[in-house]
Amino acid sequence: MEHIRTPKVEQVKLLDRFSNKSVTGTLHLTATHLIFVESNSTSAQEIWILHHHIASVEKLSLTTSGCPLLIQCRNFRVVHFVIPRERDCHDIYSSLLRLLRPVSYDELYAFSYNPKQNDQQREEGWQLIDLAAEFERMGVPCDQWQLTDVNREYKVCETYPRDLYVPITASKPIIVGSSKFRSKGRFPVLTYFYQEKKAAVCRCSQPLSGFSARCLEDEHMLQAISKANHNSRYIYVMDTRPKLNALANRAAGKGYENEDNYSNIRFQFVGIENIHVMRGSLQKLLEVVGTRSLSMTDYLVGLENSGWLRHIKAIMDAAIFLAKAVTVEGASVLVHCSDGWDRTAQVCALGSLLMDPYYRTIKGFMVLIEKDWISFGHKFADRCDQLNPDPKEVSPIFTQFLECVWQLAEQFPQAFEFSEWFLIQIHEHVHSCQFGNFLGNSQRQREDLQLKERTYSLWAHLLSEKQNYLNPVYSPSFAESHPVLEPSTQAYHFKFWRNMYHQYDRSMHPRQSILKHVLTLKESNRELEGTVQALKTKLQKFGVSTSPLKPKTPPRGRSLPPRPQSLILGAPLLSRKEVQQDEDEEVFGEEAREDAPASTGGERTVEGSSATENGYGELTGSFGSKNEPGVVTLEFGVARMTC
Amino acid sequence: MELSEHIKTANVEDVTLRRPFHPTLRGTLCVTSHHLLFSDRKDEASWQLLILLKNIDAIEKRAVGSSGTITIKCKDLLVLQLEIPGMEECLNIARSIEALSSLESVTEMYPFFYRPSHLTLHGPWGLSSTEQYYKQTERLWDRWRVSKVNSDYSVCPSYPSAVIVPREVDDDKLIRSARFRQGGRFPVLSYCHHRNGMVIMRSSQPLTGANKKRCKEDELLLQAVIDGSELGYIIDLRSAQQAQQTRMTGGGFESKSCYSHWKRIHRHHERGKVVQESLIKLVEACSDPSHSVDRWLSKLENSKWLSHVHSALSTAGLVVECVERDGHSVLVHGSEGTDNTLLVSSLAQLILDPASRTVTGFLCLLEREWIQAGHPFQQRCAHSAYSHARLKQECPSFLLLLDCVWQVWRQFPLALEFSEALLLRLAQEVYASNYGTFLCNSEQERCAAGVKETTHCLFQSLLKPDIEEQYLNPLYEPTDLAIWPAVHPQSLQLWTGMFLRWTEYAQNMEEAREEVWSIVKEHREQAGPDRTNNTLSTHCESLTPIENLMDELTIL
Repeated sequence: MEHIRTPKVEQVKLLDRFSNKSVTGTLHLTATHLIFVESNSTSAQEIWILHHHIASVEKLSLTTSGCPLLIQCRNFRVVHFVIPRERDCHDIYSSLLRLLRPVSYDELYAFSYNPKQNDQQREEGWQLIDLAAEFERMGVPCDQWQLTDVNREYKVCETYPRDLYVPITASKPIIVGSSKFRSKGRFPVLTYFYQEKKAAVCRCSQPLSGFSARCLEDEHMLQAISKANHNSRYIYVMDTRPKLNALANRAAGKGYENEDNYSNIRFQFVGIENIHVMRGSLQKLLEVVGTRSLSMTDYLVGLENSGWLRHIKAIMDAAIFLAKAVTVEGASVLVHCSDGWDRTAQVCALGSLLMDPYYRTIKGFMVLIEKDWISFGHKFADRCDQLNPDPKEVSPIFTQFLECVWQLAEQFPQAFEFSEWFLIQIHEHVHSCQFGNFLGNSQRQREDLQLKERTYSLWAHLLSEKQNYLNPVYSPSFAESHPVLEPSTQAYHFKFWRNMYHQYDRSMHPRQSILKHVLTLKESNRELEGTVQALKTKLQKFGVSTSPLKPKTPPRGRSLPPRPQSLILGAPLLSRKEVQQDEDEEVFGEEAREDAPASTGGERTVEGSSATENGYGELTGSFGSKNEPGVVTLEFGVARMTC
Repeated sequence: MELSEHIKTANVEDVTLRRPFHPTLRGTLCVTSHHLLFSDRKDEASWQLLILLKNIDAIEKRAVGSSGTITIKCKDLLVLQLEIPGMEECLNIARSIEALSSLESVTEMYPFFYRPSHLTLHGPWGLSSTEQYYKQTERLWDRWRVSKVNSDYSVCPSYPSAVIVPREVDDDKLIRSARFRQGGRFPVLSYCHHRNGMVIMRSSQPLTGANKKRCKEDELLLQAVIDGSELGYIIDLRSAQQAQQTRMTGGGFESKSCYSHWKRIHRHHERGKVVQESLIKLVEACSDPSHSVDRWLSKLENSKWLSHVHSALSTAGLVVECVERDGHSVLVHGSEGTDNTLLVSSLAQLILDPASRTVTGFLCLLEREWIQAGHPFQQRCAHSAYSHARLKQECPSFLLLLDCVWQVWRQFPLALEFSEALLLRLAQEVYASNYGTFLCNSEQERCAAGVKETTHCLFQSLLKPDIEEQYLNPLYEPTDLAIWPAVHPQSLQLWTGMFLRWTEYAQNMEEAREEVWSIVKEHREQAGPDRTNNTLSTHCESLTPIENLMDELTIL
């Protein structure tokens, strides 16, 4: 709290990013959030921004109306305030600068966040995901694969989890020897077992081969992996880097497997770019889509130049290659990149998702993230800039994974139990530092931080509001008939994920949502069925025959379904702390008119569909601010158009 | 020459048919005056493919040994391959297709021969007329009238016989105004807004020419539209510079000094050949599966198709803004007033008017604003994206409209009574049809050809209950409000249902759609018959727990 000099500033203007609209309100600065409350009492919207979500704060040059403050968030929200007095602006600015750069883990929100649960509930939350059970589900340990205790004390590899699965023929000396020949000690271990063909997906880091070094233990290790699978005489070794990068690494004593030294391997480069390229690409993308009055040409050219979708496709291609090798050829695959915690995590996780319908369910997806990302040491703290900022370490690797899943869900609308809101919500919390799951860079570090004792698990939180994240058209029978997804990688399937990158830009989105609507229908179907059952039992109690059921007359009254609280219709209902409350006056207006002829709630959903936001035109002069029917009554200010 | 004289080989056995994402079939191929028929050789449950020859946009032939391969590219974007044993047969078939798919004479076209048993030729043709629209729109009765000045199509050959004009402007003035407008398309009423009585007018450009000619009657006509003191907007669908340039060739625009109560806004829209080439490039980009993401994006951009969609929707939004927000009347025109003008005015109506969002309303809108208003369908839709023929008057304005409507539907999936299927059906019918609806270029030509007497009406048949059902949007919930679409480039998308309709992707989407349907159906059954009136109120009880939860969340 000592960093907050000015906790409250009034008469602050919030400018809309894509139109000339602005609203006035009060800015509050708390220890955890920056809050903007609109002063217009009837439509008081609130914006809550968690400090951890803020990526950058910028003070722009002074204007006649005040001092502009531009805040960019990691969840792609961009807010633009104008603060009347320069001194207030400076106070907020310098407080934020301090607040958004926590110096120790203890300062992270997760350690103060308290959802009013007791210790037992917290513990249960952490026990939801059990990786040992997950390996058991895959059929491991088995006659070819066993659990090793070599890393019990994190002595062999401190970025790996304690429990690791290796071929039964891989003895301890082989493991230790192999780990010494691998970058950061990340030797080959099992991450997914395809039971049907006994084929394994293994992961590791690059070998320290330099120009000619070899390691017999490492060669044995690969041999052991190969021997554990009787279906195939060879294993694939996928180096997910572009060949040039791998070659360059040789000069630093690292490199890739020499096919002459390893028997029966098929070596393959995949060509996914490194974290720096990905960071730059996203930055370019965000610059383009953040442009005001963007033309279609500039948008498409910008999308192309950013290379973002090309990178997404590269990851997808790699995952498809992996899935094919395993499911069609029945071959085991060893995946690595440089350190084996970025591209390797992307490819292994996405590949498993293609092969196993379980990972396409809500619970299964949590397990997948817990396994391939959290436990195997994707450096969330560094990549998501949680602490000790090193801008060179930040990169949207996990975001890309989520996006790949979204692209798949677009191609296979019935294959996933969850909707995109689940992905977006996970993304939100990877950066929020509100839950313990993603803190730190490795399991070891998480244990040191005693996260399970001191913080809460995101998965329990998400499961408690599971109904918000369901995909209404999910079909388990689709999963049965398509156990392995075979996505098309034709270029036109790769689309810009608007709901992720423009989540908070209200004017971008459809005003009505099929998803939301169908979910509501489905929910009410379920409820109705329940009511019918209840009535039936009641009738039976009274000894009445149940056959001709009279339709129940509905009580009059509130006839509107729950309003979505996010900016995007169809977005799940979120708690107030996390999301801007965006309820416009007309919504209340509609609700107040209860005696109006059943208008079927249509108005509700066209909320905010208005001309000013869309910026169709630039007419000259100013229009009289006439009251308009329905939604448009609320337009703030006067539409300005120029000829 | 009889049509059958074009047919040298009518039947070929043992033909192999290849279609994307379908197994290869062998069977008999048959060419008739209007159709290409392929039928499976299997006796039981034989499968047939019937293609209107008019639907064929281009064919390519290739010789492989003694047999030949014909690739057929249809106007609905389907591509087929036929392997025909025997070089001579192959060439004969190809020649017949080439000749019969490009018939010029209207009365030789299939709609004049289409006689299904369930339709009769007697009875009224079409859904609506100018008079009917006038009768339905009470707001017009005071200040507007139906004029029959064009009853013999002499004032404006491309207009229908009846038009709606201000009451105080007599027919003589209309005739003079028509002489001052390209193609005689003087300003007529296109839509009257039910909420404030403001109107959308449309016309062609005024023929002011290089020496700034004026026409008093034309000025009076427009003055009468806005009735005195107020202001009106002229949305000119050309850039200011282009409008200036057309003065050199006799065209022009309404100058401020002569039309003092009208404010002119210029919006640049591409037209004609440019848009047709745009479609060609887009379809080419969509049909090459080998593109990298970069190349695809660059080709998509280069086609400019989405830019056209973007400008059409933005300008329509602008018109709606003038009418609904600002409460002013609007005159829309470009040059000829038969393409972009209709595109913008009909889109504006869809956004503004809930009545035009029902199946019937939408078809009436198309009939009034495109067919009767004289969009030259025959010229514009002579060829589609595959044709190698030299472009003449082709322009996919109507397809562009359907794409824009699709974009609106995507953003307001509950607001339209019809589904994407209707748009796809129309996109197909406009290029090749059993029905007479899209024949000819104007009302006058249709009269001369006897379209109403000797063909069936597509719109009427679409409205037959059992057929209409296929085109309904299960989620439809009418709203009275204007539905302003977002027009940021990020908010618009490629119409995959159209341009990728023959890929496997379409199948997954179809299955998902069916799932949505079944959820809705289940809901309707459970909620009982009175649901139609109160969509959601029937089960508000079930919603209470959710609302309680919401309240709790809000308190948190």
